[in-house]
Amino acid sequence: MSYQLPPVWTKLQQHAVFPEFNHDERARYNFLANLNRYVSTVIAPGNKLAYDRRVEPNFVKEHDRSFKDRFELGEAMKQDSIYQMWAALRRSTMEMRQQNGRAVVLRQAEQLASKVAELLKGNDSLQLKDDFMVPPYLTHVDNHLMPGSYHTEYFSGDVSNAANYDSGLFVTSGGMLGSLTDGGGRAIAAWVKETYPNFHPKRIMDVGCGLGHNTLPIAQAFPNAVVIGIDAGTPMLRYGAARAHSLGVHNVKFIQADAADMKEFTDESFDWVQTTMFLHETGGKSIHAIFNEIKRILKNGGLNLHIEQPQYTSDMSMYEQFMRDWDAYYNAEPFWGHMHDLAPVDLMEEAGVPRDKFMQVGVKAINDLDKNKRDGKVTEDYGRSPIWNVFGGWKSATN
Amino acid sequence: MKTELSGSHAGASISETSPVDTMNDIVMAGNKSKGGRPYFLEDPAVERVLNISMAIAADLAVLHERLDTIERLLEARGHLSRKDIEAFVPDDSVAEERQTWHARFSARILRIIQQEVEAVAKPENNVPMRTIADEINEM
Repeated sequence: MSYQLPPVWTKLQQHAVFPEFNHDERARYNFLANLNRYVSTVIAPGNKLAYDRRVEPNFVKEHDRSFKDRFELGEAMKQDSIYQMWAALRRSTMEMRQQNGRAVVLRQAEQLASKVAELLKGNDSLQLKDDFMVPPYLTHVDNHLMPGSYHTEYFSGDVSNAANYDSGLFVTSGGMLGSLTDGGGRAIAAWVKETYPNFHPKRIMDVGCGLGHNTLPIAQAFPNAVVIGIDAGTPMLRYGAARAHSLGVHNVKFIQADAADMKEFTDESFDWVQTTMFLHETGGKSIHAIFNEIKRILKNGGLNLHIEQPQYTSDMSMYEQFMRDWDAYYNAEPFWGHMHDLAPVDLMEEAGVPRDKFMQVGVKAINDLDKNKRDGKVTEDYGRSPIWNVFGGWKSATN
Repeated sequence: MKTELSGSHAGASISETSPVDTMNDIVMAGNKSKGGRPYFLEDPAVERVLNISMAIAADLAVLHERLDTIERLLEARGHLSRKDIEAFVPDDSVAEERQTWHARFSARILRIIQQEVEAVAKPENNVPMRTIADEINEM
């Protein structure tokens, strides 16, 4: 059978703070994962057909030239009935995913909060700040259409939004990130170990760690290192620390900090600074402050890597740029487009990596649920496929 | 949910008119996220109906999965064989009952299309109600 089915939701690993799902709630997520798979593999390719066969030819006929940029192309695509229906369905599945996930976690919010509190008793892996100011780029938008985003607590000790995020990434990714939704972290940890077998970092920083999906695989791959994850979201950090504890990963700390002002960390105190799918959820000014801070806390000669979606370069077709912008505008990740217009080589220079030492590679999620398909063909789903761009480099050995 | 809720997404939009402590987790689950909602179809009303239809489709799928679970559990406990289900051949009276159900089901789903056809078939039945009201006023 050539149609690739997503794994069923029950394949996800139920760690100790994972929300409890009843039969129908599980089925609801199975429906959505399958619907997303269908929409992305059967309906989405219709966009390209429509573009090639009618949208672009009609525009050329009318204007005697092709599109000047992805925005003009977009205005024409938005008139096409296939694009309209695809986009309407994609938005609808995302809203359903949020509603369904929130319904699950909100009804057990108090139980989740007490489970987390119990696990964190006498545990020093979590550091929250009472007077922490959430960066404006986070409060300004509900990333991924998740009301309250990463930072909102509905009551003291609440982890609802983190639990919702944890349980629902399965739906958005069609189960392609593995049983702990950690395919990105596993991929980068494996790549670093394989590429730099003599690299033995003692202190690793994961900036914008969220609930630690991609932090734990790094901690597990480097058990002798201390891994510090920083994030702004209180529920994410709290849930993440409890989740790490329940999964038996003890060389990781979750600390509330602003990536643009990491004053609690001293100069040149990390051997490796990592970000994973974080930069596109920052802001146009903050991103530069963040790179300056990374430069400051990273040791000379240290490793700095970033997992992101591909940048929009002149090699990327305007059509692909437009399609990749979809999540920016319609899945509430508004900095996505602008961020992908930046040149990573410039950003890395800000982080102290010389231009001639800049590197860029592609990595694919390591998915334990999908072993046989690991090297198989993945349908391009612009921004949703578990294939990423890694850019970064080694900071200069001297200042 | 008994917890006292706070924060910008504590169902604020409904709290003025609804008893928050009895219904907020139901309403909060469906809270709107920040930013204007895009509509992709030319008529937003059509897109609203599409969203309602997809939610119904979701729960039809949920029901199907639940029935599948029930069948498998009944079979595992020896109460029922799924092979028997697959091999089931209705007798004539059961067959008629079931086919009638299908016919009614199709008619329910596609009512609006049926009525569009009827509108074309009987144009005399398409007089605007305002006109009819005026006509009745004269009757």
